[in-house]
Amino acid sequence: MVDIPIKPLTQPSLWRRAREFPLIPVAVLLIVFIIPAFFAEYIAPHDPYVPNLRARLQPPVFFGGTWEFALGTDRLGRDILSRILHGAWYVLAVSMIGIAVGVVVGTTLGLVAGYVRGWFDGLVMRLVDISLALPAMLLALALAAALGASFLSVVVVVGFALWAYFARQVRAEVLLLRNSDFVARSLVAGSSHTRILFRHILPNVTNTIVVLATLQVGIAIMLDASLSFLGIGIPRPTPTWGLLVSDGRDFIATDWWISFFPGLAILLTVLSANMLGDWLRDRLDPRQRQI
Amino acid sequence: MFRYLALRIASSLFALLVITIIVFLLSHLSGNPVDALLPDDASQEQVDSFIREWGLDKPLWQQYLTFLVNAVQGDFGTSLKWPGEDAMGFVIDRMPATLQLGGLAILISVVIALPLGVAAAVYKGSPVDNGAQMFALLGQSMPNFWLGIILIWVFSVWLGWLPTSGTGSFAHAILPAIAIAWFQVSALARLTRSAMLEVLDAEYIKLARVKGVSEFQVVWKHALRNAAVVPLTYFGILAASILTGSVVIETVYSWPGMGWVAIEAIRGRDFPVVQAVIVAYAVIYMISNLVVDLLYVIVDPRVRHG
Repeated sequence: MVDIPIKPLTQPSLWRRAREFPLIPVAVLLIVFIIPAFFAEYIAPHDPYVPNLRARLQPPVFFGGTWEFALGTDRLGRDILSRILHGAWYVLAVSMIGIAVGVVVGTTLGLVAGYVRGWFDGLVMRLVDISLALPAMLLALALAAALGASFLSVVVVVGFALWAYFARQVRAEVLLLRNSDFVARSLVAGSSHTRILFRHILPNVTNTIVVLATLQVGIAIMLDASLSFLGIGIPRPTPTWGLLVSDGRDFIATDWWISFFPGLAILLTVLSANMLGDWLRDRLDPRQRQI
Repeated sequence: MFRYLALRIASSLFALLVITIIVFLLSHLSGNPVDALLPDDASQEQVDSFIREWGLDKPLWQQYLTFLVNAVQGDFGTSLKWPGEDAMGFVIDRMPATLQLGGLAILISVVIALPLGVAAAVYKGSPVDNGAQMFALLGQSMPNFWLGIILIWVFSVWLGWLPTSGTGSFAHAILPAIAIAWFQVSALARLTRSAMLEVLDAEYIKLARVKGVSEFQVVWKHALRNAAVVPLTYFGILAASILTGSVVIETVYSWPGMGWVAIEAIRGRDFPVVQAVIVAYAVIYMISNLVVDLLYVIVDPRVRHG
């Protein structure tokens, strides 16, 4: 007998393999975003708030700077790397709490609307339409003008921007599920509607919620960054990433690193989150795969 | 068809109404609306006449009705930051600048995204396709304000081709328009690609090929026409993100449009102008959505006769 080696017809490309298991995105997320968010105090080489006028406008290492300030310093001599690391926590907190608000509000309304139908369903769907029709930026502007920008106002804006997607998707799935046999049988067995909704129907839509929530991480981070760039996010001196980019706006001609590196942190985080979300969607919910 | 359009218009008006309610309530949330809407050094007489004019001594719902009636007539009070300016008039003066920028951004995104999406679909799995997909992924993950700053750095500071900021000539509009369009290009290209892939599989495309129609005609005439409906639905969202983008990008480039006014007004705690800007943005947004609905009727016979 001769052993015939079996070869796959086509070798999966490196790009395809990278997409199959998102090792690189997960690593990038950990290094740029999650570890700094929790351990910035221990790994940041300098204090992010205290000015150090002797070290003003140090260029990054390899561009005439030293390892002491690896990504350079700003006009007040604060270390850019330390400020990015400390900012990660606020970016994480705003996006996670904002998404949580969106998930809780959207899922609850979607569940109930799809289950009870009737006027409540009509009302929720109208609100969904309006919410989807309003750019979140308008609400952010109005809130900032009325109450002043704060952690709370940013979370509200992020939650407002996202809840309708959850409500619409969950409602659509509940509409299908409510007619299934297991719902009818639970009713016969004497389950209350609340129990059916939260014990039987909710677990069936969890996959959808997880996939949607992961795909929204990038959107939430981007929204938070835009708001803080405009000065209507978490106020100074908190070093949120958008604020760090805006700090360097007027000095781009001479001191490019002030804006460049915080923006790169946003780009890497959002890119990895999006790739992770795409991967999760393909694994958990192939039906939603559009492209 | 008229029923469809009437429904769309009604729901747009309803959304607008909700916006005016939000804007109105927010001016009260901040405490006394007199503080929010009048300058700090207003005299007692001014305060009294203001209270009478806007009915602030009446119940809340009557106050809202007064606000709404004034708003419909375009009266949002006078600006605090730019004294003597009528709030809505000031915003409307800035509108052309924003619309020019938005129009140019839409033009750029369509001109780049459509061929890119079509090419990616026709040469599926090729380097062109992979490149387009990577570009799309990158484009959707890049903060537009950062891109705006990087564009200034490269094209204005290094190469010196284009002005850094401000307004005055066509050259001033190029960089901000690209910065706004960037995200749209990736989204539109992705949509066009998937729509084209679906259409290219259809029987009538095979028939066209069998008949001996040139490949160029098959792709650009037969297929794209049918695939174009899907990206068209995206134009409503496109309008929203271009408006949002304009707020951010106008700030980056000091482009004196509505977005720039909005941010300056918030910094100056100029609530009448903020209210006017938000309502103006919402109106532009609703109108662009209605235009999309109309285009829909023109392009898709199923909607026209349904």
